Amino acid sequence: MKWWIAFWNIVLKDMRAYYLKPPNISWGLMFPVAWTGMFFIRSGLGFESIPSLLPGVVSISVLFGTTSMLAVTVTFEKKNRSFERLLLAPIPLELLMLAKTGGAIFFGFLNAFVPIFVALFLADLSTIDWLTLLPAVMLIAVVSTFLGLWIAVSVSEVFEAQTFSNFFRFPMIFLCGLFFPVESLPVFLRPLSYVLPLTYGVDILHGTTHGNHTMPFALDFAVLTGACLLLFFMSLRNIHRSWIA
Amino acid sequence: MKNESTHSSSDDRRPVIEVRQLTKRFGEVTAVDGITFDVFQGELFGFLGPNGAGKTTTINVVTGLARPDSGNFRISGLECTQNPRVAQHLMGVVPDESNLYPELTGFENLCFCAALYGMPKRERRIRAAELLKTVGLSDAAQRKFGGYSKGMKRKLTIAAGIIHSPQILFLDEPTTGIDVASARQIRQLIAGLHEGGTTIFLTTHYIEEAERLCERIAFVVKGKVVQMDTVANLLQPVQQKKAMLFSVSNMFGDLCGKLAAAFPGLECSTVSSRQLRIESAHSISIGPVVRFMEDQGIEVTEARRLTPSLEEVFVRITDIELDAMRKEKEKSGGSQ
Repeated sequence: MKWWIAFWNIVLKDMRAYYLKPPNISWGLMFPVAWTGMFFIRSGLGFESIPSLLPGVVSISVLFGTTSMLAVTVTFEKKNRSFERLLLAPIPLELLMLAKTGGAIFFGFLNAFVPIFVALFLADLSTIDWLTLLPAVMLIAVVSTFLGLWIAVSVSEVFEAQTFSNFFRFPMIFLCGLFFPVESLPVFLRPLSYVLPLTYGVDILHGTTHGNHTMPFALDFAVLTGACLLLFFMSLRNIHRSWIA
Repeated sequence: MKNESTHSSSDDRRPVIEVRQLTKRFGEVTAVDGITFDVFQGELFGFLGPNGAGKTTTINVVTGLARPDSGNFRISGLECTQNPRVAQHLMGVVPDESNLYPELTGFENLCFCAALYGMPKRERRIRAAELLKTVGLSDAAQRKFGGYSKGMKRKLTIAAGIIHSPQILFLDEPTTGIDVASARQIRQLIAGLHEGGTTIFLTTHYIEEAERLCERIAFVVKGKVVQMDTVANLLQPVQQKKAMLFSVSNMFGDLCGKLAAAFPGLECSTVSSRQLRIESAHSISIGPVVRFMEDQGIEVTEARRLTPSLEEVFVRITDIELDAMRKEKEKSGGSQ
Protein backbone atom coordinates (compact mmCIF):
# COMPACT_ATOMS: atom_id res chain seq x y z
CA MET A 1 0.00 0.00 0.00
CA LYS A 2 1.50 3.30 -1.08
CA TRP A 3 0.50 5.48 1.85
CA TRP A 4 2.15 8.57 0.44
CA ILE A 5 -0.37 8.59 -2.43
CA ALA A 6 -3.26 8.68 0.03
CA PHE A 7 -1.48 11.25 2.21
CA TRP A 8 -0.69 13.63 -0.64
CA ASN A 9 -4.15 13.37 -2.18
CA ILE A 10 -5.88 14.13 1.12
CA VAL A 11 -3.71 17.25 1.51
CA LEU A 12 -4.38 18.33 -2.10
CA LYS A 13 -8.12 17.68 -1.86
CA ASP A 14 -8.45 19.74 1.32
CA MET A 15 -6.46 22.61 -0.15
CA ARG A 16 -8.53 22.65 -3.32
CA ALA A 17 -11.87 22.17 -1.62
CA TYR A 18 -11.56 24.34 1.45
CA TYR A 19 -8.49 26.53 1.87
CA LEU A 20 -9.19 29.34 -0.53
CA LYS A 21 -12.76 29.79 0.66
CA PRO A 22 -13.93 33.18 2.04
CA PRO A 23 -14.11 32.14 5.75
CA ASN A 24 -10.47 31.11 5.74
CA ILE A 25 -9.34 34.21 3.91
CA SER A 26 -11.25 36.49 6.28
CA TRP A 27 -10.02 34.75 9.46
CA GLY A 28 -6.51 34.03 8.23
CA LEU A 29 -5.71 37.34 6.51
CA MET A 30 -8.33 40.07 6.92
CA PHE A 31 -8.72 39.69 10.65
CA PRO A 32 -4.98 39.85 11.48
CA VAL A 33 -4.49 42.83 9.15
CA ALA A 34 -7.39 44.70 10.76
CA TRP A 35 -6.21 43.84 14.26
CA THR A 36 -2.67 44.98 13.55
CA GLY A 37 -3.85 48.16 11.89
CA MET A 38 -5.71 48.95 15.08
CA PHE A 39 -2.60 48.47 17.23
CA PHE A 40 -0.41 50.35 14.78
CA ILE A 41 -2.66 53.42 14.72
CA ARG A 42 -3.23 53.28 18.49
CA SER A 43 0.53 53.18 19.24
CA GLY A 44 1.21 56.26 17.10
CA LEU A 45 4.87 55.24 16.89
CA GLY A 46 5.18 55.15 13.12
CA PHE A 47 6.94 52.63 10.87
CA GLU A 48 9.84 52.13 13.27
CA SER A 49 7.48 50.14 15.53
CA ILE A 50 6.84 47.55 12.80
CA PRO A 51 9.57 45.05 13.86
CA SER A 52 8.14 44.99 17.39
CA LEU A 53 4.57 44.55 16.08
CA LEU A 54 5.51 41.92 13.49
CA PRO A 55 5.74 38.90 15.87
CA GLY A 56 2.18 39.58 17.06
CA VAL A 57 0.79 39.95 13.55
CA VAL A 58 2.58 36.86 12.28
CA SER A 59 1.36 34.80 15.24
CA ILE A 60 -2.21 36.02 14.93
CA SER A 61 -2.23 35.25 11.18
CA VAL A 62 -1.00 31.74 11.76
CA LEU A 63 -3.23 31.08 14.78
CA PHE A 64 -6.48 32.27 13.23
CA GLY A 65 -5.73 30.88 9.78
CA THR A 66 -4.94 27.36 10.92
CA THR A 67 -7.58 26.91 13.64
CA SER A 68 -10.34 28.14 11.30
CA MET A 69 -9.40 25.57 8.66
CA LEU A 70 -9.62 22.55 10.91
CA ALA A 71 -13.24 23.35 11.81
CA VAL A 72 -14.03 22.82 8.14
CA THR A 73 -11.67 20.05 7.08
CA VAL A 74 -12.41 17.88 10.10
CA THR A 75 -15.64 18.89 11.90
CA PHE A 76 -17.59 19.61 8.70
CA GLU A 77 -16.49 16.35 7.11
CA LYS A 78 -17.38 14.46 10.28
CA LYS A 79 -20.79 16.08 10.27
CA ASN A 80 -21.59 15.19 6.64
CA ARG A 81 -20.05 11.73 7.11
CA SER A 82 -17.42 12.08 4.39
CA PHE A 83 -14.81 11.67 7.15
CA GLU A 84 -16.00 8.04 7.44
CA ARG A 85 -14.58 7.49 3.97
CA LEU A 86 -11.16 8.48 5.29
CA LEU A 87 -11.53 6.33 8.40
CA LEU A 88 -12.30 3.35 6.15
CA ALA A 89 -9.17 3.89 4.05
CA PRO A 90 -6.37 1.44 4.80
CA ILE A 91 -3.97 4.04 6.19
CA PRO A 92 -2.87 4.49 9.81
CA LEU A 93 -4.98 6.99 11.75
CA GLU A 94 -1.84 8.97 12.65
CA LEU A 95 -0.98 9.42 8.97
CA LEU A 96 -4.57 10.31 8.12
CA MET A 97 -4.63 13.06 10.74
CA LEU A 98 -1.23 14.33 9.62
CA ALA A 99 -2.65 14.56 6.10
CA LYS A 100 -5.75 16.40 7.35
CA THR A 101 -3.51 18.88 9.17
CA GLY A 102 -0.71 19.05 6.58
CA GLY A 103 -2.51 21.53 4.37
CA ALA A 104 -3.43 23.75 7.32
CA ILE A 105 0.19 23.80 8.49
CA PHE A 106 1.35 24.73 5.01
CA PHE A 107 -1.26 27.49 4.67
CA GLY A 108 -0.53 28.73 8.19
CA PHE A 109 3.15 28.95 7.30
CA LEU A 110 2.33 30.89 4.11
CA ASN A 111 -0.08 33.15 6.02
CA ALA A 112 2.78 34.20 8.27
CA PHE A 113 4.66 35.60 5.31
CA VAL A 114 1.88 37.88 4.14
CA PRO A 115 2.51 40.44 6.93
CA ILE A 116 6.27 39.88 6.64
CA PHE A 117 6.10 40.60 2.91
CA VAL A 118 4.12 43.82 3.51
CA ALA A 119 6.55 44.86 6.29
CA LEU A 120 9.49 44.46 3.89
CA PHE A 121 8.31 47.59 2.08
CA LEU A 122 7.68 49.61 5.24
CA ALA A 123 10.55 48.86 7.59
CA ASP A 124 14.13 47.65 7.76
CA LEU A 125 14.00 43.91 8.38
CA SER A 126 17.69 43.28 7.67
CA THR A 127 18.40 42.40 11.30
CA ILE A 128 15.96 39.49 11.38
CA ASP A 129 17.51 36.10 12.19
CA TRP A 130 15.74 34.18 9.42
CA LEU A 131 17.33 30.84 10.25
CA THR A 132 15.68 30.86 13.66
CA LEU A 133 12.50 32.61 12.56
CA LEU A 134 11.59 30.10 9.86
CA PRO A 135 11.52 26.98 12.09
CA ALA A 136 9.77 29.03 14.77
CA VAL A 137 7.02 30.05 12.35
CA MET A 138 6.73 26.43 11.24
CA LEU A 139 6.37 25.23 14.84
CA ILE A 140 3.78 27.94 15.58
CA ALA A 141 1.86 26.75 12.51
CA VAL A 142 2.07 23.14 13.70
CA VAL A 143 1.05 23.86 17.29
CA SER A 144 -1.84 26.13 16.19
CA THR A 145 -3.03 23.52 13.70
CA PHE A 146 -2.92 20.77 16.31
CA LEU A 147 -4.81 23.05 18.73
CA GLY A 148 -7.41 23.47 15.97
CA LEU A 149 -7.43 19.71 15.43
CA TRP A 150 -7.98 19.03 19.11
CA ILE A 151 -10.87 21.51 19.14
CA ALA A 152 -12.29 20.11 15.89
CA VAL A 153 -12.39 16.53 17.16
CA SER A 154 -13.83 17.57 20.51
CA VAL A 155 -17.05 18.99 19.05
CA SER A 156 -19.65 17.84 16.56
CA GLU A 157 -20.80 21.04 14.83
CA VAL A 158 -18.79 23.55 12.78
CA PHE A 159 -20.20 26.50 14.72
CA GLU A 160 -19.18 24.81 17.98
CA ALA A 161 -15.66 24.45 16.64
CA GLN A 162 -15.51 28.15 15.74
CA THR A 163 -16.91 29.20 19.11
CA PHE A 164 -14.67 26.85 21.05
CA SER A 165 -11.69 28.10 19.00
CA ASN A 166 -12.43 31.68 20.00
CA PHE A 167 -12.49 30.60 23.61
CA PHE A 168 -8.76 29.92 23.20
CA ARG A 169 -7.79 32.34 20.43
CA PHE A 170 -8.92 35.65 21.81
CA PRO A 171 -7.39 35.24 25.29
CA MET A 172 -4.17 34.13 23.57
CA ILE A 173 -3.92 37.49 21.81
CA PHE A 174 -3.54 39.15 25.20
CA LEU A 175 -1.90 36.42 27.23
CA CYS A 176 0.88 35.22 24.92
CA GLY A 177 2.90 38.42 24.64
CA LEU A 178 1.82 39.18 21.08
CA PHE A 179 1.46 42.93 21.59
CA PHE A 180 2.15 43.37 25.33
CA PRO A 181 5.07 41.68 27.14
CA VAL A 182 3.98 38.86 29.44
CA GLU A 183 5.81 40.69 32.25
CA SER A 184 3.36 43.60 31.95
CA LEU A 185 0.41 41.31 32.74
CA PRO A 186 -0.99 41.08 36.30
CA VAL A 187 0.98 38.52 38.32
CA PHE A 188 -2.00 36.16 38.66
CA LEU A 189 -2.35 35.92 34.87
CA ARG A 190 1.28 35.16 34.12
CA PRO A 191 1.16 31.42 34.97
CA LEU A 192 -1.65 31.11 32.42
CA SER A 193 0.58 32.73 29.79
CA TYR A 194 3.28 30.17 30.37
CA VAL A 195 0.81 27.30 29.98
CA LEU A 196 -0.08 28.49 26.46
CA PRO A 197 2.38 27.22 23.84
CA LEU A 198 2.02 30.31 21.67
CA THR A 199 3.84 32.35 24.37
CA TYR A 200 7.01 30.39 23.55
CA GLY A 201 6.58 30.82 19.79
CA VAL A 202 6.03 34.55 20.14
CA ASP A 203 9.10 34.77 22.39
CA ILE A 204 11.23 33.33 19.57
CA LEU A 205 9.70 35.73 17.05
CA HIS A 206 10.43 38.73 19.30
CA GLY A 207 13.99 37.50 19.73
CA THR A 208 14.56 37.02 16.00
CA THR A 209 12.96 40.30 14.83
CA HIS A 210 14.21 42.80 17.43
CA GLY A 211 16.28 40.78 19.90
CA ASN A 212 13.91 41.18 22.81
CA HIS A 213 13.14 37.70 24.13
CA THR A 214 12.80 36.50 27.72
CA MET A 215 13.50 32.77 27.52
CA PRO A 216 16.27 30.72 25.88
CA PHE A 217 15.37 29.67 22.33
CA ALA A 218 16.14 26.04 23.21
CA LEU A 219 13.46 26.11 25.90
CA ASP A 220 10.99 27.81 23.54
CA PHE A 221 11.54 25.19 20.82
CA ALA A 222 11.38 22.32 23.31
CA VAL A 223 8.06 23.53 24.79
CA LEU A 224 6.56 24.10 21.33
CA THR A 225 7.59 20.62 20.18
CA GLY A 226 6.19 19.06 23.34
CA ALA A 227 2.90 20.95 22.93
CA CYS A 228 2.63 19.76 19.30
CA LEU A 229 3.04 16.13 20.34
CA LEU A 230 0.66 16.47 23.29
CA LEU A 231 -2.11 18.12 21.24
CA PHE A 232 -1.72 15.62 18.38
CA PHE A 233 -1.98 12.57 20.61
CA MET A 234 -4.85 14.09 22.60
CA SER A 235 -6.69 14.54 19.28
CA LEU A 236 -6.03 10.94 18.24
CA ARG A 237 -7.28 9.77 21.63
CA ASN A 238 -10.47 11.81 21.18
CA ILE A 239 -11.08 10.27 17.76
CA HIS A 240 -10.60 6.77 19.14
CA ARG A 241 -12.86 7.48 22.10
CA SER A 242 -15.69 9.40 20.47
CA TRP A 243 -15.60 8.86 16.71
CA ILE A 244 -14.85 5.14 16.60
CA ALA A 245 -17.01 4.33 19.61
CA MET B 1 -31.99 -18.22 15.81
CA LYS B 2 -34.67 -20.66 14.78
CA ASN B 3 -32.93 -22.32 11.92
CA GLU B 4 -29.71 -22.10 10.05
CA SER B 5 -28.39 -23.90 7.06
CA THR B 6 -25.88 -22.93 4.48
CA HIS B 7 -26.25 -22.74 0.77
CA SER B 8 -25.24 -25.98 -0.89
CA SER B 9 -22.54 -24.22 -2.84
CA SER B 10 -21.34 -22.46 0.32
CA ASP B 11 -20.00 -25.69 1.76
CA ASP B 12 -16.94 -25.69 -0.46
CA ARG B 13 -16.33 -21.96 -0.05
CA ARG B 14 -14.38 -20.52 2.83
CA PRO B 15 -16.02 -17.95 5.08
CA VAL B 16 -14.62 -14.45 4.51
CA ILE B 17 -16.74 -12.74 7.14
CA GLU B 18 -17.07 -14.64 10.42
CA VAL B 19 -19.08 -12.91 13.12
CA ARG B 20 -19.54 -14.49 16.55
CA GLN B 21 -21.85 -13.28 19.32
CA LEU B 22 -21.38 -9.65 18.29
CA THR B 23 -23.03 -7.14 20.59
CA LYS B 24 -23.12 -3.36 20.37
CA ARG B 25 -24.93 -1.10 22.81
CA PHE B 26 -25.61 2.62 22.73
CA GLY B 27 -26.37 3.49 26.33
CA GLU B 28 -29.49 1.56 27.29
CA VAL B 29 -30.22 0.49 23.72
CA THR B 30 -28.80 -2.78 22.43
CA ALA B 31 -28.45 -2.16 18.71
CA VAL B 32 -26.80 -5.48 17.91
CA ASP B 33 -27.60 -8.33 20.27
CA GLY B 34 -25.23 -11.29 20.12
CA ILE B 35 -25.45 -12.00 16.41
CA THR B 36 -23.53 -14.82 14.76
CA PHE B 37 -23.18 -15.45 11.05
CA ASP B 38 -20.73 -16.34 8.29
CA VAL B 39 -20.55 -14.95 4.79
CA PHE B 40 -18.78 -17.16 2.28
CA GLN B 41 -16.38 -16.19 -0.46
CA GLY B 42 -18.20 -14.93 -3.53
CA GLU B 43 -21.56 -15.03 -1.78
CA LEU B 44 -24.24 -12.35 -1.96
CA PHE B 45 -25.53 -12.30 1.59
CA GLY B 46 -28.58 -10.28 2.55
CA PHE B 47 -29.19 -8.69 5.91
CA LEU B 48 -32.88 -7.94 5.92
CA GLY B 49 -34.81 -6.07 8.53
CA PRO B 50 -36.83 -2.95 9.28
CA ASN B 51 -35.26 0.40 10.15
CA GLY B 52 -33.53 0.26 13.51
CA ALA B 53 -32.95 -3.50 13.32
CA GLY B 54 -29.19 -3.08 13.73
CA LYS B 55 -28.13 -3.55 10.10
CA THR B 56 -26.03 -0.39 9.77
CA THR B 57 -24.52 -0.83 13.23
CA THR B 58 -23.40 -4.32 12.24
CA ILE B 59 -21.68 -2.94 9.13
CA ASN B 60 -20.10 -0.13 11.16
CA VAL B 61 -18.65 -2.58 13.66
CA VAL B 62 -17.38 -5.03 11.06
CA THR B 63 -15.79 -2.30 8.93
CA GLY B 64 -14.13 -0.56 11.86
CA LEU B 65 -16.31 2.53 12.26
CA ALA B 66 -17.59 1.36 15.64
CA ARG B 67 -16.26 -0.84 18.40
CA PRO B 68 -18.18 -3.91 19.59
CA ASP B 69 -19.07 -4.30 23.27
CA SER B 70 -18.57 -8.05 23.05
CA GLY B 71 -18.14 -10.84 20.54
CA ASN B 72 -15.56 -11.14 17.82
CA PHE B 73 -15.21 -11.17 14.06
CA ARG B 74 -12.74 -12.15 11.38
CA ILE B 75 -12.39 -10.84 7.84
CA SER B 76 -10.65 -13.12 5.33
CA GLY B 77 -9.21 -15.07 8.22
CA LEU B 78 -7.77 -11.96 9.90
CA GLU B 79 -8.80 -11.38 13.49
CA CYS B 80 -10.27 -7.89 13.36
CA THR B 81 -12.12 -7.43 16.64
CA GLN B 82 -9.38 -5.33 18.19
CA ASN B 83 -8.01 -3.82 15.00
CA PRO B 84 -10.39 -3.81 12.01
CA ARG B 85 -7.93 -1.65 10.04
CA VAL B 86 -5.87 -4.76 9.24
CA ALA B 87 -8.55 -5.85 6.75
CA GLN B 88 -9.67 -2.47 5.43
CA HIS B 89 -7.71 -2.89 2.18
CA LEU B 90 -9.92 -5.90 1.39
CA MET B 91 -13.20 -4.09 1.92
CA GLY B 92 -15.31 -1.63 0.01
CA VAL B 93 -18.07 0.14 1.87
CA VAL B 94 -21.10 1.89 0.43
CA PRO B 95 -22.79 3.67 3.32
CA ASP B 96 -26.52 4.30 3.63
CA GLU B 97 -25.92 7.99 2.83
CA SER B 98 -24.08 9.27 -0.23
CA ASN B 99 -21.08 10.77 1.54
CA LEU B 100 -18.80 11.92 -1.25
CA TYR B 101 -17.42 15.45 -1.52
CA PRO B 102 -19.90 18.00 -2.90
CA GLU B 103 -17.11 20.40 -3.98
CA LEU B 104 -15.46 17.81 -6.23
CA THR B 105 -16.71 16.57 -9.59
CA GLY B 106 -17.81 12.97 -10.09
CA PHE B 107 -14.49 12.14 -11.74
CA GLU B 108 -12.44 13.89 -9.03
CA ASN B 109 -14.37 12.09 -6.30
CA LEU B 110 -13.61 8.69 -7.81
CA CYS B 111 -9.93 9.57 -8.38
CA PHE B 112 -9.67 10.75 -4.77
CA CYS B 113 -11.25 7.56 -3.43
CA ALA B 114 -8.87 5.48 -5.57
CA ALA B 115 -5.92 7.46 -4.20
CA LEU B 116 -7.00 6.57 -0.65
CA TYR B 117 -6.17 2.97 -1.58
CA GLY B 118 -2.76 3.91 -2.97
CA MET B 119 -3.69 3.60 -6.64
CA PRO B 120 -1.22 5.41 -8.96
CA LYS B 121 -2.50 8.45 -10.90
CA ARG B 122 -2.75 6.91 -14.36
CA GLU B 123 -4.44 3.78 -13.05
CA ARG B 124 -6.99 5.70 -10.98
CA ARG B 125 -7.93 7.95 -13.90
CA ILE B 126 -8.54 4.94 -16.13
CA ARG B 127 -10.51 3.13 -13.42
CA ALA B 128 -12.59 6.24 -12.61
CA ALA B 129 -13.52 6.75 -16.27
CA GLU B 130 -14.36 3.06 -16.61
CA LEU B 131 -16.62 3.07 -13.53
CA LEU B 132 -18.35 6.30 -14.56
CA LYS B 133 -19.23 4.55 -17.79
CA THR B 134 -20.42 1.44 -15.93
CA VAL B 135 -22.79 3.42 -13.72
CA GLY B 136 -23.93 5.60 -16.62
CA LEU B 137 -22.47 8.86 -15.35
CA SER B 138 -19.87 9.58 -18.02
CA ASP B 139 -21.80 12.65 -19.16
CA ALA B 140 -21.88 14.01 -15.61
CA ALA B 141 -18.22 13.22 -14.88
CA GLN B 142 -17.14 16.87 -14.82
CA ARG B 143 -20.15 18.10 -12.84
CA LYS B 144 -19.83 18.73 -9.13
CA PHE B 145 -21.20 15.94 -6.92
CA GLY B 146 -23.24 18.50 -4.96
CA GLY B 147 -25.35 19.11 -8.07
CA TYR B 148 -26.14 15.44 -8.73
CA SER B 149 -29.64 13.98 -8.30
CA LYS B 150 -30.23 11.45 -5.52
CA GLY B 151 -30.00 8.50 -7.90
CA MET B 152 -26.80 9.82 -9.48
CA LYS B 153 -25.28 10.38 -6.04
CA ARG B 154 -26.11 6.82 -5.06
CA LYS B 155 -24.58 5.39 -8.22
CA LEU B 156 -21.39 7.41 -7.78
CA THR B 157 -21.18 6.36 -4.12
CA ILE B 158 -21.36 2.72 -5.18
CA ALA B 159 -18.70 3.36 -7.82
CA ALA B 160 -16.51 4.90 -5.10
CA GLY B 161 -17.02 1.80 -2.96
CA ILE B 162 -15.71 -0.51 -5.68
CA ILE B 163 -13.04 1.79 -7.15
CA HIS B 164 -10.26 -0.38 -5.66
CA SER B 165 -11.92 -3.67 -6.73
CA PRO B 166 -12.46 -4.92 -3.17
CA GLN B 167 -12.80 -8.61 -2.37
CA ILE B 168 -15.65 -7.85 0.04
CA LEU B 169 -18.27 -5.19 -0.54
CA PHE B 170 -20.60 -3.87 2.14
CA LEU B 171 -23.70 -2.26 0.67
CA ASP B 172 -25.92 -0.47 3.15
CA GLU B 173 -29.42 0.15 1.76
CA PRO B 174 -28.10 0.84 -1.76
CA THR B 175 -31.46 1.54 -3.38
CA THR B 176 -33.28 3.36 -0.60
CA GLY B 177 -34.97 6.56 -1.65
CA ILE B 178 -34.11 6.56 -5.34
CA ASP B 179 -36.17 6.31 -8.51
CA VAL B 180 -37.16 3.00 -10.11
CA ALA B 181 -34.78 3.25 -13.06
CA SER B 182 -31.75 4.05 -10.88
CA ALA B 183 -32.67 1.28 -8.43
CA ARG B 184 -32.87 -1.17 -11.32
CA GLN B 185 -29.47 -0.08 -12.65
CA ILE B 186 -27.96 -0.46 -9.19
CA ARG B 187 -29.41 -3.95 -8.81
CA GLN B 188 -27.93 -4.91 -12.16
CA LEU B 189 -24.59 -3.53 -11.04
CA ILE B 190 -24.75 -5.54 -7.81
CA ALA B 191 -25.65 -8.70 -9.71
CA GLY B 192 -22.72 -8.05 -12.07
CA LEU B 193 -20.28 -7.64 -9.18
CA HIS B 194 -21.56 -10.86 -7.65
CA GLU B 195 -21.07 -12.70 -10.93
CA GLY B 196 -17.55 -11.31 -11.02
CA GLY B 197 -16.79 -13.04 -7.71
CA THR B 198 -17.07 -10.18 -5.23
CA THR B 199 -18.39 -11.19 -1.82
CA ILE B 200 -21.30 -8.88 -1.08
CA PHE B 201 -22.91 -8.10 2.26
CA LEU B 202 -26.14 -6.30 1.45
CA THR B 203 -28.42 -4.70 3.97
CA THR B 204 -31.88 -3.72 2.86
CA HIS B 205 -35.42 -3.40 4.08
CA TYR B 206 -36.75 -4.13 0.60
CA ILE B 207 -37.78 -7.78 0.77
CA GLU B 208 -38.20 -8.18 -2.99
CA GLU B 209 -34.70 -6.80 -3.53
CA ALA B 210 -33.18 -9.31 -1.12
CA GLU B 211 -35.21 -12.14 -2.67
CA ARG B 212 -34.14 -11.15 -6.16
CA LEU B 213 -30.43 -10.69 -5.46
CA CYS B 214 -29.30 -12.72 -2.47
CA GLU B 215 -28.21 -16.33 -2.13
CA ARG B 216 -28.69 -16.40 1.64
CA ILE B 217 -30.62 -14.04 3.82
CA ALA B 218 -30.58 -13.27 7.52
CA PHE B 219 -33.74 -11.73 8.96
CA VAL B 220 -32.74 -9.20 11.58
CA VAL B 221 -35.16 -7.80 14.12
CA LYS B 222 -34.25 -5.71 17.16
CA GLY B 223 -30.56 -6.49 16.82
CA LYS B 224 -31.01 -10.26 16.58
CA VAL B 225 -30.81 -12.66 13.65
CA VAL B 226 -34.16 -14.44 13.87
CA GLN B 227 -33.75 -16.64 10.79
CA MET B 228 -30.96 -17.29 8.31
CA ASP B 229 -31.07 -19.55 5.31
CA THR B 230 -30.94 -19.77 1.54
CA VAL B 231 -33.80 -18.06 -0.27
CA ALA B 232 -35.05 -21.44 -1.51
CA ASN B 233 -35.10 -22.91 1.99
CA LEU B 234 -36.79 -19.84 3.43
CA LEU B 235 -39.51 -20.06 0.79
CA GLN B 236 -40.16 -23.76 1.33
CA PRO B 237 -42.81 -23.50 4.08
CA VAL B 238 -44.93 -21.09 2.06
CA GLN B 239 -44.41 -22.96 -1.19
CA GLN B 240 -45.93 -26.09 0.35
CA LYS B 241 -49.19 -24.20 0.84
CA LYS B 242 -51.53 -22.86 -1.81
CA ALA B 243 -52.90 -19.44 -1.12
CA MET B 244 -55.55 -17.18 -2.66
CA LEU B 245 -56.65 -13.66 -2.04
CA PHE B 246 -60.33 -12.80 -2.42
CA SER B 247 -61.49 -9.20 -2.73
CA VAL B 248 -65.10 -8.61 -1.82
CA SER B 249 -67.33 -5.57 -2.05
CA ASN B 250 -68.96 -6.20 1.32
CA MET B 251 -68.25 -8.50 4.22
CA PHE B 252 -70.38 -9.29 7.25
CA GLY B 253 -70.69 -11.98 9.88
CA ASP B 254 -68.05 -14.59 10.60
CA LEU B 255 -67.32 -15.35 6.96
CA CYS B 256 -64.01 -17.02 7.73
CA GLY B 257 -65.63 -19.31 10.26
CA LYS B 258 -68.35 -20.25 7.79
CA LEU B 259 -65.83 -20.94 5.03
CA ALA B 260 -63.69 -23.11 7.28
CA ALA B 261 -66.78 -25.09 8.28
CA ALA B 262 -67.96 -25.52 4.69
CA PHE B 263 -64.55 -26.41 3.27
CA PRO B 264 -62.57 -28.57 5.69
CA GLY B 265 -58.83 -28.13 5.09
CA LEU B 266 -59.12 -24.44 4.19
CA GLU B 267 -57.58 -21.87 6.45
CA CYS B 268 -59.13 -18.45 6.19
CA SER B 269 -57.91 -15.12 7.53
CA THR B 270 -59.14 -11.57 7.11
CA VAL B 271 -56.52 -9.32 5.47
CA SER B 272 -58.64 -6.16 5.51
CA SER B 273 -62.31 -5.19 5.65
CA ARG B 274 -62.60 -6.16 1.98
CA GLN B 275 -60.01 -8.90 1.59
CA LEU B 276 -59.80 -12.54 2.64
CA ARG B 277 -56.83 -14.85 2.44
CA ILE B 278 -57.46 -18.54 2.03
CA GLU B 279 -54.77 -21.20 2.38
CA SER B 280 -54.77 -24.93 1.88
CA ALA B 281 -52.29 -27.78 1.62
CA HIS B 282 -54.04 -28.77 -1.62
CA SER B 283 -55.05 -26.73 -4.64
CA ILE B 284 -58.05 -24.50 -4.08
CA SER B 285 -61.00 -24.62 -6.47
CA ILE B 286 -62.11 -21.06 -6.94
CA GLY B 287 -65.65 -21.80 -8.22
CA PRO B 288 -67.16 -23.47 -5.14
CA VAL B 289 -65.61 -20.88 -2.82
CA VAL B 290 -66.95 -17.97 -4.86
CA ARG B 291 -70.40 -19.57 -5.12
CA PHE B 292 -70.45 -20.16 -1.35
CA MET B 293 -69.66 -16.53 -0.68
CA GLU B 294 -72.27 -15.33 -3.16
CA ASP B 295 -74.83 -17.59 -1.43
CA GLN B 296 -73.96 -15.70 1.74
CA GLY B 297 -74.84 -12.43 -0.03
CA ILE B 298 -71.23 -11.37 -0.58
CA GLU B 299 -70.12 -10.09 -3.95
CA VAL B 300 -66.64 -11.30 -4.96
CA THR B 301 -64.86 -8.70 -7.09
CA GLU B 302 -61.52 -10.45 -7.52
CA ALA B 303 -59.95 -13.83 -6.80
CA ARG B 304 -56.22 -14.17 -7.25
CA ARG B 305 -53.72 -16.97 -6.63
CA LEU B 306 -50.80 -15.80 -4.51
CA THR B 307 -47.25 -16.58 -5.52
CA PRO B 308 -45.18 -17.60 -2.50
CA SER B 309 -42.89 -14.72 -1.57
CA LEU B 310 -40.20 -13.96 0.92
CA GLU B 311 -42.40 -11.18 2.21
CA GLU B 312 -44.80 -13.79 3.58
CA VAL B 313 -41.95 -15.69 5.19
CA PHE B 314 -40.65 -12.51 6.75
CA VAL B 315 -44.06 -11.61 8.15
CA ARG B 316 -44.59 -15.10 9.56
CA ILE B 317 -41.21 -15.20 11.25
CA THR B 318 -40.95 -11.67 12.52
CA ASP B 319 -44.61 -10.80 13.12
CA ILE B 320 -43.90 -7.49 11.43
CA GLU B 321 -46.96 -6.58 9.40
CA LEU B 322 -46.66 -6.11 5.67
CA ASP B 323 -48.31 -2.74 6.02
CA ALA B 324 -45.63 -1.58 8.41
CA MET B 325 -42.92 -2.56 5.95
CA ARG B 326 -44.75 -0.83 3.10
CA LYS B 327 -45.17 2.34 5.12
CA GLU B 328 -41.48 2.20 5.91
CA LYS B 329 -40.70 2.00 2.20
CA GLU B 330 -42.96 4.92 1.44
CA LYS B 331 -41.48 6.94 4.30
CA SER B 332 -37.99 6.40 2.95
CA GLY B 333 -39.19 7.46 -0.48
CA GLY B 334 -38.19 4.14 -1.93
CA SER B 335 -39.38 2.55 -5.08
CA GLN B 336 -39.33 -1.02 -6.24
